[in-house]
Amino acid sequence: MSERARIAALHLAVIALLFAAQFVLPAYHHGIVSRVMVLAVFAIGYNLVFGYAGMLSLGHAMFFAAGMYGAGLPVYHGGWGIGPAFLFGIACGAVLAAGIGLLALRTSGVAFMIVTMMFGQVAYLLALWFGDWTRGEEGLTIAQDLRVVGPLDLTDPTTRYFVALALFSAALLASLALVRSRFGRTLVAIRENEERTRMLGYDTFRTKLAALTVSGALCAAAGAAYALLFGYMGAGFANVPYSILPLLWVLVGGAATVIGPFVGTLAMFYLTDLSNDLLNRNFPDWDISALGIVGLALVLLILFFPKGVMGTVRARWLPWLP
Amino acid sequence: MAALAGTSNAPLLSTRGLSRSFGGLKAVDGVDFDLPAGEIRAVIGPNGAGKTTFVSLVSGRIAPTAGRIVFDGTDVTRLPAHRRVGLGIAYTFQITSIYAALSVADNVALAAQRSAGGAALKRAVDEALTRVGLRDRASELAGNLAYGHQRLLEVAMGLALKPRLLILDEPTQGLSDAEIDGFVQLVREIAKGATVMLIEHNMAVVMALADRITVMDQGRVIAEGAPDAIRADPAVQAAYLGAPQEAASHG
Amino acid sequence: MGFGPYLLLATLEGLVMAAVLALTALGLSLVFGVMRVVNVAHGEFFMLGAVLAWAVSNAVGGHPAIGFLAALVVAPLAVGAVALASERLVLRRLNYNPEATIVATIGLLYILQQVALTFYGADARPVVAPFNVRLQLPWFGYSAYKLSVIGFSLLLLGLTWFVLTRTKIGLIMRATQYDRETATAFGIAVDKVYAGVFVAGAMLAAIGAVLVVPIRQAHYLMGHDPLLLSFIVVIIGGLGSLRGTMVAALLVGLSDGILSVFFSPTLAKIVATTAVALVLVFRPQGLFGTAQR
Repeated sequence: MSERARIAALHLAVIALLFAAQFVLPAYHHGIVSRVMVLAVFAIGYNLVFGYAGMLSLGHAMFFAAGMYGAGLPVYHGGWGIGPAFLFGIACGAVLAAGIGLLALRTSGVAFMIVTMMFGQVAYLLALWFGDWTRGEEGLTIAQDLRVVGPLDLTDPTTRYFVALALFSAALLASLALVRSRFGRTLVAIRENEERTRMLGYDTFRTKLAALTVSGALCAAAGAAYALLFGYMGAGFANVPYSILPLLWVLVGGAATVIGPFVGTLAMFYLTDLSNDLLNRNFPDWDISALGIVGLALVLLILFFPKGVMGTVRARWLPWLP
Repeated sequence: MAALAGTSNAPLLSTRGLSRSFGGLKAVDGVDFDLPAGEIRAVIGPNGAGKTTFVSLVSGRIAPTAGRIVFDGTDVTRLPAHRRVGLGIAYTFQITSIYAALSVADNVALAAQRSAGGAALKRAVDEALTRVGLRDRASELAGNLAYGHQRLLEVAMGLALKPRLLILDEPTQGLSDAEIDGFVQLVREIAKGATVMLIEHNMAVVMALADRITVMDQGRVIAEGAPDAIRADPAVQAAYLGAPQEAASHG
Repeated sequence: MGFGPYLLLATLEGLVMAAVLALTALGLSLVFGVMRVVNVAHGEFFMLGAVLAWAVSNAVGGHPAIGFLAALVVAPLAVGAVALASERLVLRRLNYNPEATIVATIGLLYILQQVALTFYGADARPVVAPFNVRLQLPWFGYSAYKLSVIGFSLLLLGLTWFVLTRTKIGLIMRATQYDRETATAFGIAVDKVYAGVFVAGAMLAAIGAVLVVPIRQAHYLMGHDPLLLSFIVVIIGGLGSLRGTMVAALLVGLSDGILSVFFSPTLAKIVATTAVALVLVFRPQGLFGTAQR
């Protein structure tokens, strides 16, 4: 099998596996996997900037939230249809990312991280400030009758699973095509040595801006889908932890691998779930926040497993893995 | 300035009053410079003379504080570096600057893929690597190459850009004598298809390669001429070749 | 109360904030300046200082002053120990790689929060001020404790400044900041300097926190604002510039104090955070710093 065919087969197999899983998974896991697929799109978007272009952003929650509110508020307040709302949400994320990029990409390294964190914080505060529209942390629930598009009822678990799978497949294949294109190779070149890349005649600023915009659009697609599929939007999704989570998922799954973000999101969901259960059972009077486990995972990963699952697989066994 | 317009016998590269200061220090100070097409030009001078700053201004890595740069009849003074590369100005770094984590072939492909794709890209990579003699090592990680080979890879990346002006910043630094001989041959080959500007400390290399030499000191051009004339110039000897024996013995 | 006295009150509150903030931000700035790493968990060292201050003063009992003084000694030392452990077990193993350190200290942030939540709980708890004297100004009474916070903080800032500029320790730190390799070549034990700086940075935050708990209650999520404000101070003052940090702390503390009296704190934060992000974008050396490279 040629390398190209091997890569295509592997990624299509993941999609096929998820398709088949819908028929065998028990209801509880069925729900989790739907959620994981949507959030994996968020991680895929983050991976493009963090993994491939090597830019550590701590403000990506704002793009997720832009999609969430961009799609959810018009439905909730304006009675928009699901389709236009979804597209509008994506557009909000892309425009926001391009605007933030024009500013933040003037910096790099640590300054970029701080600037994105601050813009992310501003976005969160804005969601609180416009509490009349967003109801802040408490959030809004989108009623069931607003979440029907033609014959599709997005509140039905099976429909939800397939819509999530469709979105995830599109994002996965788009990211695969993107990182294997000239654009993707240029991103890696910028990560490895930006000054050299500039002196090879690349407009590195524009390339990074394009990457951030696409990333923003993907994250917004995840946010929009989350609002429409699960019917909830709240300012908490714009806060700092939701900028940290995609970083964690990508690190767990393997930065700069195409499947990594999904693997990481899935693994962390179940890990958090299991350890919560375990701790609650053994220490019933402790207050456990999922973030404690997130913190521990981050430290252990960066110390002992910096390549993540798929990064390690690539380094040890499958050097062709994109 | 009308003389700078793009007529056929105009120089490929001209600068007028080109200056750059860092804080109070004038690293490059009012340089007027003309480089005809097809020449190999060496730029020499003591450490801190402003040579690297000068070529950085030409390549667009840094912006000038005053003056203008004309390349092939186009004023490129305000053009960002990547656009100048597109016009045909290629710069190879003084401190080896390659993609250590990528393969040798990928390094060159990144340089070549701006102008070629698919099979043409593969050919362009092959050709550039063949010219510097690294074709056998195409699939190795660039970071694993010996230092001398990394310098050659740097040149191959410059070549893959298909430049009209190739700027080499101290290319022989850290190379062995045998490697330097090969390098001199390589530059002669390159010069058949491109204009070459060379910053070099090794006087043997300079004398072997340069058609003309520009001497800089304290940010200014203090002399310019054929190698023999430069060797005989008392101002140059005072500023730079003050210890000519020592300078030559590096070779 | 007229506008004048109201402004005076806001200014006093701002000065108290500035005093505490200066200590905390100085800690962050010191770590960034010398070690070139951003400690995202810095706010949690602050939180830990406050929570431990509550624990110590509660355990000691007797006159509030005794408990407070005990807290002022024990809490910073304990936080210093936690910082030392983090530095040895995590940061040093990462070889102070800037991005890996950011990720690791984010992890540390959530771990420390979780530990505080587990052992301290989700409630906000006050510490009684060591003395309860009100200075009667013509327009209103003002807590003498708050004024003493300003004084104590100034004393500590002066001391830090002295250590940094006039002693051998300061010289060694500046040498390490200037060039790690050269410092090593001159026989400076860089890893000890790093450990010392990291511990000192955390202890400064903890002291700031102990000073603040009689004014604001201790809570396991209280580290977030000091972290963000410290970032703001360090950025406006110029990353790694100590003089700038102190001036900026005064500026930010005062404006935060005054703004939050007159405006909605959310709006004040939105404006301030945006402004600071733009400073970092367009003037990365800060408003007071000089270009670093």
